[in-house]
Amino acid sequence: MKNGKKILAAALSLVMGLSLCACNNGGSGSDKNELIIGGIGPMTGPTAQYGNGVMNAAQLAVEEINAAGGVNGMTLKFIPQDDENVSEKAENAYNSLKDSGAKLIIGTVTSTPCKAISPLTKNDNMFMLTPSGSAVECVQFDNAFRICFSDPNQGIAAAQYIKNNNVASKIGVIYDSSDVYSSGIYEKFRTEAASLGLEIVSSQAFTSDSNKDFSVQLQQIKSAGADLIFLPIYYQEAALILTQAHNAGLETKFFGCDGLDGVIKQLGNDAAYAEGVMLLTAYTSDSKEEKSAAFTKAYSEKYNDSNPNQFAADAYDAVYTIKVALEKADVKDASISASELCDLLKKAMTEIEVDGVTGHMVWDESGEPTKDPKAMQIVDGAYTALD
Amino acid sequence: MSFLTYLLSGVSLGSIYALIALGYTMVYGISRMLNFAHGDVIMIGAFTLWTAASPSFFPGNPGLPTAVSILISILVCTLLGVLIEKIAYKPLRNASSLAVLITAIGVSYFLQNIALLIFGSDAKAFNSVVSFPGLEIGGMKISAETIVTITVGVLIMVGLSLFIKFSKQGKAMLAVSEDKGAAQLMGINVNSTISLTFAIGSALAAVAGILYCSVFPQVSPYTGAMPGIKAFVAAVFGGIGSIPGAMVGGILLGIIENLSKAYISTEMVDAIVFAVLILVLLVKPTGIMGKKMTEKV
Repeated sequence: MKNGKKILAAALSLVMGLSLCACNNGGSGSDKNELIIGGIGPMTGPTAQYGNGVMNAAQLAVEEINAAGGVNGMTLKFIPQDDENVSEKAENAYNSLKDSGAKLIIGTVTSTPCKAISPLTKNDNMFMLTPSGSAVECVQFDNAFRICFSDPNQGIAAAQYIKNNNVASKIGVIYDSSDVYSSGIYEKFRTEAASLGLEIVSSQAFTSDSNKDFSVQLQQIKSAGADLIFLPIYYQEAALILTQAHNAGLETKFFGCDGLDGVIKQLGNDAAYAEGVMLLTAYTSDSKEEKSAAFTKAYSEKYNDSNPNQFAADAYDAVYTIKVALEKADVKDASISASELCDLLKKAMTEIEVDGVTGHMVWDESGEPTKDPKAMQIVDGAYTALD
Repeated sequence: MSFLTYLLSGVSLGSIYALIALGYTMVYGISRMLNFAHGDVIMIGAFTLWTAASPSFFPGNPGLPTAVSILISILVCTLLGVLIEKIAYKPLRNASSLAVLITAIGVSYFLQNIALLIFGSDAKAFNSVVSFPGLEIGGMKISAETIVTITVGVLIMVGLSLFIKFSKQGKAMLAVSEDKGAAQLMGINVNSTISLTFAIGSALAAVAGILYCSVFPQVSPYTGAMPGIKAFVAAVFGGIGSIPGAMVGGILLGIIENLSKAYISTEMVDAIVFAVLILVLLVKPTGIMGKKMTEKV
């Protein structure tokens, strides 16, 4: 018995020793100089694919950066936490990340929890960079920045694009009134369309509890005589809408935002229904652009052939943005306090330029990125850039 | 014209609710328990078909033919239904109905999370099992899925009613549903009768899942949750325990849902559906077809 314990102890110490070695080999500096980045997002629950995309891509970016020698002699460590898209759980996740020594936060992934934790991070002066929280309030305080477009920006850009390129004059809209992303885009689209003289002939809402059957909404839009349907929604519902529109014999054009990326794959055998769909987006997984293509390849190699979504691309850019900001602020010591780090990064963020997989970005004090959404059209089953 | 279109898509949606409601009603009729995991058996059925028919199931194989995949899916769900009954519900046969209800909710979440672990959270593209084109009558398009769903729903309802009226096992079910103790004294094996009910109910769930995902061609771990609840409403609406009631309740629910979407509000639709349920129960607490001592299984 005693011997057994000794052997166990010896084995354990050996394992511990080995794991220390592993750390030393992995990073370029000592394993003490490790900057912990916390990630918050839904990793289970109905919106899990967004959170998992973000966590996977952030982990990928962190590993790439560490393999290339880290940042200013520091290695990065990414700790993901699940919030299930629930505000209270996001608050718990945030507190638990603080206990784990996180010095800055990537998150949250979705807008509702993001709004909930932003006062907490403001209170702690913790730097927060949300990859995909697109509601206006996500970056209401000076410690928060974002990678994605804000909802209003997408709505305005979509209306302007439709007007300037004479895509259509009579517009029908189907949007998710239970989702801040969708209704946020819709509200701005509506006001912008009115001021541009575009006519919205029919606005049809649905909620996340009844997001399978759109036959009634499509029929109403058909009766209203729309020649374009604007879809500020995600690709799952869009795939169903395209299928049902085809079955109902609708011959309108379709126009969407970044949430529509992924719709071709979602349609499976019926991918032909997506032909001609237009969308404004910063990243598509089929992009031939060098940086985006390299990211897509690395991601699908690491995570058994799954394609990264828009959220993953935003998160990948978020980690690289943090790297650039850390370099700009010349942060060398990972033992810096979160509040000091936040002050340095806040300043650095407004001075940096990042060329990411979602485009060229600069930021101002408001936390909003400036970048151009690209207009794409689905032609022959692939995303093709317009003009 | 558009009214007819709304009505028809309502009937199509309703016949899927009806198929699911049949499973709820059978299990409730015989064991007086609400099997809230029923909706998730639907999801498992759809995922089984998706797996069997996808090319990656057997390496180098283009995927099993549709008919074989449907059979596999029905088989898997039947086994699953019997297994759930044996493991989770049988030990609670004499427990309070609250304990059984909570167990059923537990099983429901268990199935959802198992699917989440195996298949991941993103919705998978589901290829319809119906391959012939739809009809067009006077400018109104009727999809092939709608025709198949309504036909299958009616066939199953008639088949089940005949089975219960004329077969030995069916009569045993009727006896158990009326008085478990007396049925046992008459030499009916109550355990195997309940197992058979779960087997039939779950096989129906597989069929409903396949049709549901053919009409709305996506499957995710949460696919079964909302239709499960709606079908439960349909079963109560029609009179829980009654087989024609489940069918009528399901189709009515689908029509009410679509018409209120079309003429009242697309956002308020669930509120309206549940308000109608409350009204019906206030006026007729046993539901539309639920009479005392009617055919209850």
